[in-house]
Amino acid sequence: MCTMLGCRSRICLDSDMAKDADISGDLQDAVVRALQAGESLRICGSGSKGFLLSSNNGGETSVSSRLLSVHEHAGILSYRPEELVITARAGTRLSDIEQVLARHYQRLPFEPPRIKGAGTLGGAVASGLAGPGRPWSGSVRDSVLGVEMLNGLGERLIFGGQVMKNVAGYDVSRLQVGAFGTLGVLLSVSVRVLPVPPTERTVVQAVGPAEALARCRTWARSAYPISATAYLDGLLRVRLAGAEAAVSDATQALGGDPRDESIFWRQLRDHDLDFFQQEQPVWRCALPPAASAPLQDCLIVWGGGLRWWRTSLDPLEVRKTVGEQQGSAQIFDGGFGRCRLAGVGSAQATYQQRIREAFDPHGLFNPELTRRRAD
Amino acid sequence: MNHPDVLERLRSVLGRGLITDPKALKPYETDGITAIREVPWLVALPDSEAQIEAVLAVCREHGVPVVARGAGTGLSGGARPVADGLVLGLSRLNQILEIDLENAVARVQPGVRNLAITEAAAAHGLYYAPDPSSQIACSIGGNVAENSGGVHCLKYGLTVHNVLGVKLLCIDGQVLQLGGKLMDSPGYDLLALTMGSEGMLGIVTEVTVKLLPTPPCKRVVLAAFSEIAGAADAVGAIIAEGLIPAGLEMMDGLAIQAAEDFVHAGYPTDAAAILICELDGVAAEVESDLALVSRILKAQGAFNIRVATTVEEQERLWLGRKAAFPAVGRISPDYYCMDGTIPRAKLAEVLASIGQLSEQYGLAVANVFHAGDGNLHPLILYDSNQAGQLAGAEEMGGRILELCVAAGGTVTGEHGVGVEKLDQMCVQFGSAELEQMHRLKAAFDPQGLLNPGKAVPTLTRCSELGGMHVHNARLPFPNLPRF
Repeated sequence: MCTMLGCRSRICLDSDMAKDADISGDLQDAVVRALQAGESLRICGSGSKGFLLSSNNGGETSVSSRLLSVHEHAGILSYRPEELVITARAGTRLSDIEQVLARHYQRLPFEPPRIKGAGTLGGAVASGLAGPGRPWSGSVRDSVLGVEMLNGLGERLIFGGQVMKNVAGYDVSRLQVGAFGTLGVLLSVSVRVLPVPPTERTVVQAVGPAEALARCRTWARSAYPISATAYLDGLLRVRLAGAEAAVSDATQALGGDPRDESIFWRQLRDHDLDFFQQEQPVWRCALPPAASAPLQDCLIVWGGGLRWWRTSLDPLEVRKTVGEQQGSAQIFDGGFGRCRLAGVGSAQATYQQRIREAFDPHGLFNPELTRRRAD
Repeated sequence: MNHPDVLERLRSVLGRGLITDPKALKPYETDGITAIREVPWLVALPDSEAQIEAVLAVCREHGVPVVARGAGTGLSGGARPVADGLVLGLSRLNQILEIDLENAVARVQPGVRNLAITEAAAAHGLYYAPDPSSQIACSIGGNVAENSGGVHCLKYGLTVHNVLGVKLLCIDGQVLQLGGKLMDSPGYDLLALTMGSEGMLGIVTEVTVKLLPTPPCKRVVLAAFSEIAGAADAVGAIIAEGLIPAGLEMMDGLAIQAAEDFVHAGYPTDAAAILICELDGVAAEVESDLALVSRILKAQGAFNIRVATTVEEQERLWLGRKAAFPAVGRISPDYYCMDGTIPRAKLAEVLASIGQLSEQYGLAVANVFHAGDGNLHPLILYDSNQAGQLAGAEEMGGRILELCVAAGGTVTGEHGVGVEKLDQMCVQFGSAELEQMHRLKAAFDPQGLLNPGKAVPTLTRCSELGGMHVHNARLPFPNLPRF
């Protein structure tokens, strides 16, 4: 079953057979052609996160950019479980990767979201969104070990590699994470994987948001085998993972109601909770974990370090609240990509522009994301 | 360049923090690789961010190259001065600015020693995870520049995984606050880019690091094997079983003997190789993992498995590993330490090839390394007083790094490229990648004043090398074109 989404590419659900294909030659040709024709390109994987790139205030569209679909550039290139590394083409579906990993009791440490079940490895890396376990098992870039990419000159480049420790040259691979394709087209990515913990259990505690936060802060200074936390609507969920004995001990020590909450964690990861399905705008706020605000109307994860804030407050007010706590906030639906790239100080903006020019001197890739607003 | 003017302006900024006397400059001519030397024109020892800014401004205006230096413990010549340049020593910026318990982070100046962070946090049950073997001396600014690892990075990651923020002073005087106390920041990930950039993109003036809870339980097990291949395969078997030990180290026969003679750690000297495996965490987890590791080691053919029963015994098992480099120093006049990483599955194969090179060059090799990460540290033994031995060691070192690249690995796991591995970079990367790196560097430093000639070779250099087998690539020191 396939449906059309944001960037006019197909979204395919698990019932479709995954096909391995190497279309890197076509992609390179397309980049070179665009370069020669002076056109720009809109890079697209499965299209599942297209809503992060479109602006919902109507002003800017990207009709001038030609679509560059990486979706068909798919397939796992190498995977050896004992190396804790998998290398796959950028269009490989996350579900395919996780299926293969699961056979060897391994997983992607950064728990990338699969919006409506879809999502590719390239899209996960380009958007850089880590799931609920981020403080414990790392961010997307923490797991990225190497990339193969096309820059804006149409050159095919390889950076990093398949080993965890590698300091040869600048870390261009990790620079691609969260760059939303504005530095190049990802062709393949090597990521570190981790074992699936033998036991996983969730304890649920009924508390208010301030108390939830206080508990998370205490636990961050103790050695419980916590792998995720989430506070929502008066319930604090703590996911414990590890050896059975360790999880049992921690369950008792933390107290509360032990449950199988795997559906909740998956819905949280995939932004599929009711919380995300409301009319009000949702802001993604990264904060020092102990920050005292915002607390109300928040889904609080990462031990307090990430708060999804559902609010109709004026954007300036939201940014002020979060900024006062030394945090950073972007509205999620509509324009997240651009806000994400532009939400930096003027010095960093200057350097970002120069870096963009170093990779893509003609502004070929996703120009609408780096174009400055008229206002 | 107007020398008197530069000197006068720097002196007015730094006072006695400016060193010009040739004798006083001498200690700065080298870092941890003492074979690579160059006396700088000047050394600046600022004690504040404002002074660093002022020094950079003078250097920018007069085109003076700037080589940042932490504690000078680096092992790739990354802090080797340039003759007409200034060394910016950051050792006086050594204040721990804040231990923030609520957010479990420490904010420190770049000259703070790695171990000092853990020492300051220990009273609160917290520590800073990356532990390069030089941690007693090396600085956090240097760790950022090299993306340092250590014995425990298999489980806890490298510097890049443990630093949440840096303040980066750019050559044009602009300050970038990258990250902070939060786990996710907007914009390009310049924080990750700064890690391992060898002081070539900017000067790190402040670092915010993540603090972790000190593991309540720790167990150390030693396993002896009669064949190197057996130990190498056991490494992969442990990982494949779903375990991530805190540390997983390997030593070969020569290293075992040298360490045993030196510190009497109680190592089995009849072993061809030993593995030292450390497990940490909560007690229940550690005990269950320990049982599993012991079973795997036995199944992989270990003839002697010893679990340390006391803290003293644990320390003694580690002592031999930690003293292995100086121990090798006792049995050979000189040694040359390499630093390649390979996929774990290739350990046995690459170690065997290193053994063949050792015979071919007539130079003994001791292997002491981070097996869990596939990060090799072959120590090539030589005597610089014997004609040709240094050249042989260097050539052989180059061949070993080529082996690493051919096995799907990299020429440097944690020591950095510096000037030492510039030639090997030509093997690992093609010209398009190197050009891309030069353009990235130019985006930060168009004049090429920050640590010129390091980390990324010029295409000219690579093409002149043609192949890799160059004798005495570092001697006499080539005058590298700047970028």
